[in-house]
Amino acid sequence: MAVRLRAGGLVYAYIPGRPVLRGITLELRSGETAFLLGPNGSGKTTFLDCIGGLRPPAEGEVLLDDRPLGSFSARERAQQVGYVPQFHEPPFNFTAWEVVLMGRAPYVRWLSQPKERDRRAADEALAALNLAGFRDRPYYTLSGGERRLVLVARGLAQGAAFLLLDEPDAHLDPANQHRVLLAVQEVVGEGLGAAITSHSPNNALLYADRVALFSAGEVLAQGAPGEVVTPPLLERAYGIPFISVGDGPGPRAVLPADQRPTRSRNP
Amino acid sequence: MKRSALVGGLLLLPLPVMFFALMVGRYPISPGEVFAALTGGEVAEVVRALVLRIRLPRIGAAALVGANLAVAGAVYQGVFRNPLVEGRLLGVSSGAGLGAALAFLLFPQPAVVQAFAFAGGALGVALTALLGWTFGGGVLVLVIAGVLVDSFLSAVLGLVKYAADPLGTLPAITYWLLGGLSGVRVPDLLPLGIASGIGLSFFLLARWRLNLLTLADQEAEALGVRVRPTRFLVVGMGTLLVASAVSVSGTVSWVGLLVPHAARAVVGPDYARLLPAAAGLGAALVVALDTLARTLLTAEIPLGILTGLLGAPLFLVLFLRFLRERGGWR
Repeated sequence: MAVRLRAGGLVYAYIPGRPVLRGITLELRSGETAFLLGPNGSGKTTFLDCIGGLRPPAEGEVLLDDRPLGSFSARERAQQVGYVPQFHEPPFNFTAWEVVLMGRAPYVRWLSQPKERDRRAADEALAALNLAGFRDRPYYTLSGGERRLVLVARGLAQGAAFLLLDEPDAHLDPANQHRVLLAVQEVVGEGLGAAITSHSPNNALLYADRVALFSAGEVLAQGAPGEVVTPPLLERAYGIPFISVGDGPGPRAVLPADQRPTRSRNP
Repeated sequence: MKRSALVGGLLLLPLPVMFFALMVGRYPISPGEVFAALTGGEVAEVVRALVLRIRLPRIGAAALVGANLAVAGAVYQGVFRNPLVEGRLLGVSSGAGLGAALAFLLFPQPAVVQAFAFAGGALGVALTALLGWTFGGGVLVLVIAGVLVDSFLSAVLGLVKYAADPLGTLPAITYWLLGGLSGVRVPDLLPLGIASGIGLSFFLLARWRLNLLTLADQEAEALGVRVRPTRFLVVGMGTLLVASAVSVSGTVSWVGLLVPHAARAVVGPDYARLLPAAAGLGAALVVALDTLARTLLTAEIPLGILTGLLGAPLFLVLFLRFLRERGGWR
C-alpha cells in the first residue's frame, strides 16, 4: 500500500498579499518520482519546503496518509520526510560518513550518542549509492557530483518514506546529473517516494514518473511526463516557444524553438 | 580505533600535567610527597598544606578554566558556523570585565568581584541573545548583535576605568583584566565547580547533537532539530562555562579559539570526539601555562599575557594548516 503525501490548496506568502503559492493541490506517492518544473520564482522550492513541513502554509494543509503534517513533532516528521538541499557547506571538514550519520538525528535522543544501528544505517546508505569507498573521505575533497550523492545518502539514512530534493541536477555535468538522478530512481524502485525540483524538462522526460509544471504559484499541468513536458505547455510556463525532437521510438527531448538561424547561417 | 585512543589520551592528559604542577613552585616537592599528600599518606604537615590548600585549588581552577574555555569555544564555533569565533564574540568577556570593574569600584571584595564578573558576562550574552532573538535568531544577526554589545560594554568599561581611582582601583581593574589565577581561594572554587559540572556534563552528553547545529538552519530543521531553541540553550550553556571561568581567571585570551582547532587537527571535527579532546587539551594547557606564570620569574606573570604571547604564533600555524586543507582562502 503506497504512502501518500498530499498537499491540498496550499497558499504561502513571504510578503503578505503577494502569495508565492496560490492554492496548490498535489499528491506524492511512495514508489514514484515526481518532478516539479517551472520558471524561477514559480514556487517550486517554496512548495517543497511546505510539503516538507519546513514552512507552515498560510492556507491549506499537508497530509501524510490522512494525518496533518503539522501535527507531527519535528522528530516524527523527520522520520517520514527527508530533505536533500541543493548545497551543503559545512564549516568543518567532516568525513562523508559523518555527514551521512547526521541523517540519523531523528532517531538519536538528546543527551545520547548514535547507536550501533545508526552507524549501520549510515554504512548501508553509503553502500546503497555505491559510495562505500568514500566513507572516510573529507567532504571538502569530494567533487560536486560526489557531494550531491553523499547528501542523497544522508536522506536515505534518515529512513524516511519521502525524499524531497531541491535541484539535485543543478551545477552538475551531464554524467553526474545522470548518476545522481539514476541513484534516486533506484531508491524509488525500493519503495521510496521522491519529489525533485529541476530546471531541466529533459531530465523530467528521462527520470520522472509524474511531472507537475508550476507557473506563477499555480500548477499549470500535472500528469505523466509525456503529457506535461510538451511544447504548448512549456511555452505557457516559460514564455518562449519549444519544439519536441525524437518523437519516434526512443527518448524524446524538448528544445527552445528559437534557434537564431539568421546569425549561424548568414555570418 | 586509533582516533578514540587519541581522544582518551587527550582527556586524561590533564592528570599528569596537574601532578607535575603540584610538584613545582618556589618550594619544590618530590613526586612521592605529592602522592602521599594527595592520598592522605605520611608527609610533613607544611607539605600537605602546601599541596592541598595552596597549589591544588589553584591548579584545579586552572584545569576547570581551561576545559570551560576550550569546550565553550568549540561549541560557539559550531553554533555560529564560523571557525574564528570564541566567547568574546557574544559580549561575555566585556560584560564580565565591566562587572568586575564595577565591583572593584563599589564593593572591592573578591567574592563580590567574582559574582559581578559572572553576572556581567551573563548579562552581556543576555543582551546579545535578546537583540538576536528580536531580529529573528539567525546566525549572522547574533554575530552582529554580539559585536554591538561587546563594543558598547567595552565603552562603558572604559568609562568605569576613567572614573576609578588611578592609584588603587584602576591598577586592580587593569590587573584583573590581564587575567590570572594568583588570587584564587578555596571558596572561589565552589561556584566555578558547580557551573563547570553542569555545563561540561551537558555538553559531553549532548556532544554528537552539536554536529547538527553546524548545518544550515533549514537542513537541521529537516533532520528534526528545533534549531532556535536548541541554539539558545547551547549558547546559554556555553555562556555558563565562559562566564564562570572568566569570573575566576579574568580575561584569558586565545584558549577558546585555539584549543578547539588544535583538538580538531588531532581527532577531526566530529563533536563526539572533539569535545572530550578539547576539554582535556584546554585543561592541560591552562594548567601548564599557569604553572609557567607562577614559576618562570620571581614575580607572577599575568596568565592572560602568557596565553596571548603563545596564542598568536600558534594561531598562525593552525591558520596555514587550515588554508592548505581548504586549498586556499575563498
